[in-house]
Amino acid sequence: MKRVLAIGLVGLGLTALLATRTAPARAEGAVKLLNVSYDPTRELYQDVNTAFGKQWQQKTGQAVSISQSHGGSGKQARSVIDGLDADVVTLGLAYDIDAIAAQSGRLAKDWQKRLPDNSSPYTSTIVFVVRKGNPKAIRDWDDLAKPGTVVVAPNPKTSGGARWAYLAAWGYALQKPGGGEASAREFVRKLYKNIPVLDSGARGSTTTFGQRGIGDVLVSWENEAYLLVNELGKDKFQIVNPSVSILAEPPVAVVDKNVDKHGTRAVAEAYLKFLYTEEGQEIAVKNHYRPRSAAVAAKHAGDFPKIKLFTIDQLFGGWQKAQATHFADGGTFDQIYQPGS
Amino acid sequence: MTGLVLGEPASVPTPPRNGLRPSLREARRVPSRGSLPGFGLSLGITLTFLSLVVLIPLSGLVWKTASLDGASLARAVLSPRALAAYRLSFGAALVAGLVNVVFGVLLAWVLTRYDFPGRSLVDAAIDLPFALPTAVAGIALTTLYVEQGWLGRFLEPHGIKVAFAPAGVAVAMVFVGLPFVVRTVQPVLMDLDLHMEEVAATLGASRFYTLRKVIVPAVLPAALTGFALAFARAVGEYGSVVFISGNMPGRTEIAPLLIVTKLEQFDYAGATAIALVMLLASFVALFAINILQSRIGRVGRIGRGSR
Repeated sequence: MKRVLAIGLVGLGLTALLATRTAPARAEGAVKLLNVSYDPTRELYQDVNTAFGKQWQQKTGQAVSISQSHGGSGKQARSVIDGLDADVVTLGLAYDIDAIAAQSGRLAKDWQKRLPDNSSPYTSTIVFVVRKGNPKAIRDWDDLAKPGTVVVAPNPKTSGGARWAYLAAWGYALQKPGGGEASAREFVRKLYKNIPVLDSGARGSTTTFGQRGIGDVLVSWENEAYLLVNELGKDKFQIVNPSVSILAEPPVAVVDKNVDKHGTRAVAEAYLKFLYTEEGQEIAVKNHYRPRSAAVAAKHAGDFPKIKLFTIDQLFGGWQKAQATHFADGGTFDQIYQPGS
Repeated sequence: MTGLVLGEPASVPTPPRNGLRPSLREARRVPSRGSLPGFGLSLGITLTFLSLVVLIPLSGLVWKTASLDGASLARAVLSPRALAAYRLSFGAALVAGLVNVVFGVLLAWVLTRYDFPGRSLVDAAIDLPFALPTAVAGIALTTLYVEQGWLGRFLEPHGIKVAFAPAGVAVAMVFVGLPFVVRTVQPVLMDLDLHMEEVAATLGASRFYTLRKVIVPAVLPAALTGFALAFARAVGEYGSVVFISGNMPGRTEIAPLLIVTKLEQFDYAGATAIALVMLLASFVALFAINILQSRIGRVGRIGRGSR
């Protein structure tokens, strides 16, 4: 009996100790934000958080500590639906934030109209990475569908970036002179038949191509392509820009129900608006995202080659429709892998 | 406990310890409430714990699946893609389990019967697949077996494709499942008295006969348990397999990946339906192994005597 009592006392003591440890943090009045984001934005938001924290403290005198959570875009959306207390979400595609709105009701369905430019403060696109010297002479999308070219790209079923890539290829074929639904389907089928490995995420494909030496060309996010070339060597890889690609718009949104519960709406909204300021746009450029601000874009015109970009709304009628046609079960992507096709 | 039994001749059944209980089997059938206090409390704790950790999550699975109507349920679990995925997952798990049984028993034998420099190091290395994050294992194995990898460069010219092929799935499953067989067989081999083999030899049994009649019956139940564990682990394995399999729909796509794919489309019901099918299939397989095991335990003379 004495022993039980002793153990109980030790437990109580520990609890008390923990309680006093955590208490001061709350007393300081630092406001806390949780930003739930997708995989390739780690470096981007590290920079953003530092810069915004400084600015917010200057303006309001209040310290802000921002936590980050990264993962596949769809997985992150699921976590928020299931109750992860995100103040803001900054995901890879609007479809995932739509799902949060539809399935959990934590933010309004018209969330994408609340901030400028479809709530996407920065954009990116899909480009190619080839081996140095471009031995297979890859210039444009058509070269990817040629027999004998080995292409590396992630699985559109599990990766948001892969969906942008799939739609970029489809859109290219659709817009070609004389192109239509049938020719686009055939083109994409040929292209995906050239892919020997469908990694589950964009970073997986980068590894397959960059470190395992598989494939002639990697279909990749533009920012991821720069990362690969800068990290693994300019003497080994080079970027090829296709004539046409898709304007990938990774959106951001405040999660209404969560910020109202935490009382963090003001700071959360300021945080997202900061992304649109000149400073925020410069940080995006530094991390190889294309800026929205015309002034910042003009300043860095040399950094981003001109590619004719189409949007998902122009060619596919938005994410809901594109998802249903192409990526849902039985959609065009599944048809490619039907036995005998 | 084992110390009591050790050293007894093989054919003599374990004597009852206090004359009250004729055999373990009997005792199991009739839980004697009176003889040992604390039955109510321990059963209560057991059931609560089991419910929290296993039963409630599993019933959630059934509940989610129930939100599907018959037609869409059939479409989710019986599509050609899903069928191909089950075939790969269960087929590769079966192959991996068999490979693990053969080499796991061999490894356990070597580790218990022979003394050699570095034995404890090898012994410790067996557990690494338990400790290593599965993604790390998957990436390491892929690096080894791709075309330019250390092993792949010797295999590919002979037309043996491991990475990004069904064989790669089995390789990853062998890796994660190996410790299960070794660790279940090892203690049995340790308890197996060397004298029994010597007695068999003095009675004129050939080496093969001794192996067949003395060693195999003793080791088989444990090997089967190890097989069942390795198999079950392999069926559910996701982390390491997705890196090495290549994830091509219909060819190298495992069933757990299909579940993740469905979740990515926010199709919770479809995902749980496939999970339920896998669960049922695994349960049937494990149940069959259990029955087989109890049969062997009954037939084998020593069987569980040493445990």
